[in-house]
Amino acid sequence: MSAQGSKFDFDIAVVGSGPAGLAAAALAASKGASVVLLDEQAEPGGQIYRAVTETPVRDRKVLGPDYWHGAELLGPLRDSGATHWPGTTVWSVARPREDAADGSRPIQIGLSRNGAASMLTVRHVILATGALERPFPIPGWTLPGVLGAGAAQVLLKTSGLVPSGATVMAGSGPLLWLLAWQYLQAGARIDAILDTTPRENWRAALPLLPGFLRSPYLGKGMKLMLDVRRKLTVIGNVTSLRAESGLAGGKGGEGVLKSVVYTRNGTEHRLPADTLLLHHGVIPNLNLANATGCAQRWDEQQRCWRPTTDEWGATSVEGVSLAGDGAGIGGARAAEEAGRLTALDALYRLGRIGREQRDQSAAPFRAALDRALTGRAFLDTLYTPAEAFRVPADDTIVCRCEEVTAGAVREAVRLGCSGPNQAKSFLRCGMGPCQGRLCGPTVTEVIAAERNVSPAEVGYYRLRPPVKPITLAELAALPKTDADIDAVFKH
Amino acid sequence: MTATASPKPDVIVIGGGLHGCSAALHLSMRGVRVLVLEKDHVARHASGVNAGGVRQLGRHVAEVPLSVASMALWHGIRDLVDDDCGFESHGQIKVAETEAELETVRARVAVLNALGFTHEEVIGQDELRSLVPAIADHCVGALVSRGDGAAIPFRTTFAFRRKAIALGARFQEGGAVTRLARNGGLWTVETADGAKYEAPVVVNAAGAWADRIAAQVGEPVPLEVIAPMLMITARVAPFIKPVVGATGRTLSFKQFPNGTVLIGGGLLGRAVRDENRTELDFSQVSVNARTVWDLFPCMRGATIVRSWAGIEARMPDQIPVIGPSGTEPDLYHSFGFSAHGFQLGPIVGRITADLITAGSTDLPIDPFRIGRFAA
Repeated sequence: MSAQGSKFDFDIAVVGSGPAGLAAAALAASKGASVVLLDEQAEPGGQIYRAVTETPVRDRKVLGPDYWHGAELLGPLRDSGATHWPGTTVWSVARPREDAADGSRPIQIGLSRNGAASMLTVRHVILATGALERPFPIPGWTLPGVLGAGAAQVLLKTSGLVPSGATVMAGSGPLLWLLAWQYLQAGARIDAILDTTPRENWRAALPLLPGFLRSPYLGKGMKLMLDVRRKLTVIGNVTSLRAESGLAGGKGGEGVLKSVVYTRNGTEHRLPADTLLLHHGVIPNLNLANATGCAQRWDEQQRCWRPTTDEWGATSVEGVSLAGDGAGIGGARAAEEAGRLTALDALYRLGRIGREQRDQSAAPFRAALDRALTGRAFLDTLYTPAEAFRVPADDTIVCRCEEVTAGAVREAVRLGCSGPNQAKSFLRCGMGPCQGRLCGPTVTEVIAAERNVSPAEVGYYRLRPPVKPITLAELAALPKTDADIDAVFKH
Repeated sequence: MTATASPKPDVIVIGGGLHGCSAALHLSMRGVRVLVLEKDHVARHASGVNAGGVRQLGRHVAEVPLSVASMALWHGIRDLVDDDCGFESHGQIKVAETEAELETVRARVAVLNALGFTHEEVIGQDELRSLVPAIADHCVGALVSRGDGAAIPFRTTFAFRRKAIALGARFQEGGAVTRLARNGGLWTVETADGAKYEAPVVVNAAGAWADRIAAQVGEPVPLEVIAPMLMITARVAPFIKPVVGATGRTLSFKQFPNGTVLIGGGLLGRAVRDENRTELDFSQVSVNARTVWDLFPCMRGATIVRSWAGIEARMPDQIPVIGPSGTEPDLYHSFGFSAHGFQLGPIVGRITADLITAGSTDLPIDPFRIGRFAA
C-alpha cells in the first residue's frame, strides 16, 4: 500500500497477469511505485502461459519452449515488490466522483476477491486483458463437443487433458497449428485438420512475405507446420463447415456432436467426430476498456475493433492505459515489451521518472517490440478469415446467450437497425452474460455487410459494467459512506 | 444545403425521444406536416434505456390528471401505434416497510380522493403478500395502482416513430440543432451538418439538451443533466408480476417475461452530455442493491450482468416543462420530465398537438409553464 493517509490504495493497478501485465507490474514496482497486479486466475501467466507454475504437463517438449518462456517473467515480478492478487475479478474501472478537496477524479476499480466486492482507488490503471478467440459461428457450433481450440489448449495446460474419440480441428491461424503440434507431442488422436485459409489470401499476403522472412516466428512456425503436415491429414481449401448431431443417414442425434460436414472444391464431405475444435484467430479482449469508455477503432487488417492507444499504450481516458493483445494482436513477446513501455509511461505520468529517463529506458524495449512485430502483417493477411465464416448464413446462431440468428439481425437491419447498439434493443443480442464476447464481431460484420458499409461505420456495442457478472449480495455489501446512503433515503 | 426536396414542414420537432415522437404522431394524425430533427438516433438516450415503468402511482399531484389521461392511451396503445409496445398491466406497488410509512401513503390517498382520483389504494400485509409473495416479512402494507404496468422503452419509442412516419412525418437523424431563430413569422433551424430547415412552428423536446434550445430564444431554464442508473440480473424463475417500488427509499423493481430482473431507483451516475456518455457510480448502485437485498431476500444470490445509465433532464421542482414559450410565439416546450416521463409520453404529445392546432388543451398544464422559473 502507498503512503499512509493517502486516498489512494496503490499508485498503479495492472489488470491481467499475462505477459503484458507481468512485465508491466514488475517494471513499475521495481522503480518504486506501489503496484497491485489483479488477475482472475489462481496462478499468473494469462492464457498464453496459463498454469505455467503448476501445469501437470511436465514434459517440456509437449507445450514447447515458447510456453516455458513465461516462467522467466515470474522471478522479476516476485523481486519487484509488486502486490499480486490472484483470484481477483475486475468488473469496473471508472472515475465517477470528483474529490471535493482537490477537484481530481481518482480512478476507482470495482473488484471481487474471495467472494467479496470492494472498490480500489488508484492513480493509474494498466489494462492487460489480452486476447480472446474470434467467434467462429457455423451451423451447429453450439452443440456439446464443439469448442474453441484456445479453450481446448487451456484444458491441456491446466489439466493435461486431450480430446478422446474422433477429433477434428478446423479453421486457420498459428494457434490451430500450435495446438495440433502440442497434441502430437502429447500423443493425442487427431483425425483431420480442415484448413479454411482462403486460397486468395496467399496472393494478398505474398507482397508482405519479405517482412515475415525476417520474423523470429518464421523458423519455429515453419518447422511446427511441416511436422503437423507430415503426421496428420490436412484438408485444405475448405469453404464451408457444419457441425451435426446426427451421423450420415440421420442416425444418432442425441444433441451432441456426431459429425462435421465440410465443403471442398464445391463438394460436400462428412467426417465422424466426437470433438470439433474451431479456431480462426484471436482478437483483442476489449470489454473492460470499452466499458471504461476508451475510444476504439476498426482495424481493417486484423478485422477487429481495437482500443485507440498512442505509442505508450495511453488510451483516450486519462489515467488508463493498455498493453498487449488487448490493444491489438501482436503476440506474447510483443505484449511483454508493450507492458514495459506502458509501465515506463505510467511512471513518467506519476512523476516517478522524467521524460528523458522514460525515453532512454524505452529504447531497448521498443527495439524488441519492433522485432517481435516483424512479419505480423503477413500473418494477419494470410489468416484473415473468409467472409463465409465471419458473416454467416441466415440460419446460423450469432448470439448464443439470447439465441439470435444472423437472419434475425438482417431482418432488424431492414426494420431500421443501423448498428450493434440498436441491435441490442431490437433483438437483445449482446445483452446476455457474455456481454458480446461471442457475438460482437459477428454482429458488426453482418450489419455492415447488410447495409453495405464498413464495419467502422456501424460501430460496436457500448459495453457496460459489471464487465464480469457479480452477485447482488456482493454488490449490496460494498462499503458505503453515510453520504451514499443519505442520497437514497427519502426521509 | 437547404432541405428543398420535400414540402416545407408545418412544425419542426427538435428531439427524437418519446416526447418528440409522440408530438410528431399526434400532429401527423391531424394532417400536420412534421419534421423531427434528432441529433443522434431516435430513442438514443433516456427514451430508449429507461426502466419502462408505466406508472400513475405516487406521482406529483400536478402530474396526476395528465398521468390518468395517459394511462387510458396506454391501455389502447395498439390502436394508437399499431404495436403493443410490450405493455403489460400487472399493477405497480409502493411497499411500506413501517407503520409510519403506511400512514404516509394513507394520507396521500386521502388527498387524491379529495381531488377525485381513486386509482391509488392502500393495501394491508395480507394482500401485499398475495400480490408479491417474495416480499420480505417486515413489510406491513403498500400503496397500489392496479391499472399501472410496464412497457419496453426502445420498442415504444420506435413504434411512435414508425406510426408517425406512416402518417407522413419525416425524421432527420444525426445532426444536432446548432441555431434557432425566428424571422417574419418563420423559424429557421440549423443543424451541425450544415442543413437549414424552416417551419412556422417549433417544438422543443430535446430532453437533456432542451435548455440549450430554450437559451437560443432568451429563455434560460435551470435544467440539471442527470444519469439515473439501472441494473439487470441474469434470468431467474418467474416470481413476480407487478412493478414494485418503496415508500421510504428509492426503488424500481420488475421482472421481464424472459426472467431477467430490472433494478433501478433513480440513483445517479455521472452524465457527460457533450460526449453522449455516462459513468456509473457503484457505491450508489450498491445502495440500490442493498434495498433489494432487504426487500427481496430471494434475490440475494442473483447475478448482476449489466448496469447502465441514460442521460436525462431534471428540473428543480421535479416536474416537467410543458406548454408555450414565454418569450416567443409558435414555440412549444416538452422536456424536463425528471426521470419519470415515459408514462406521460402518449398524452403530452397529444397536449402539444392540441396547443398547436387548437390553441388550448383540456388538461391542466399551468403548473408546467416555463415561466415558473423566472426570477
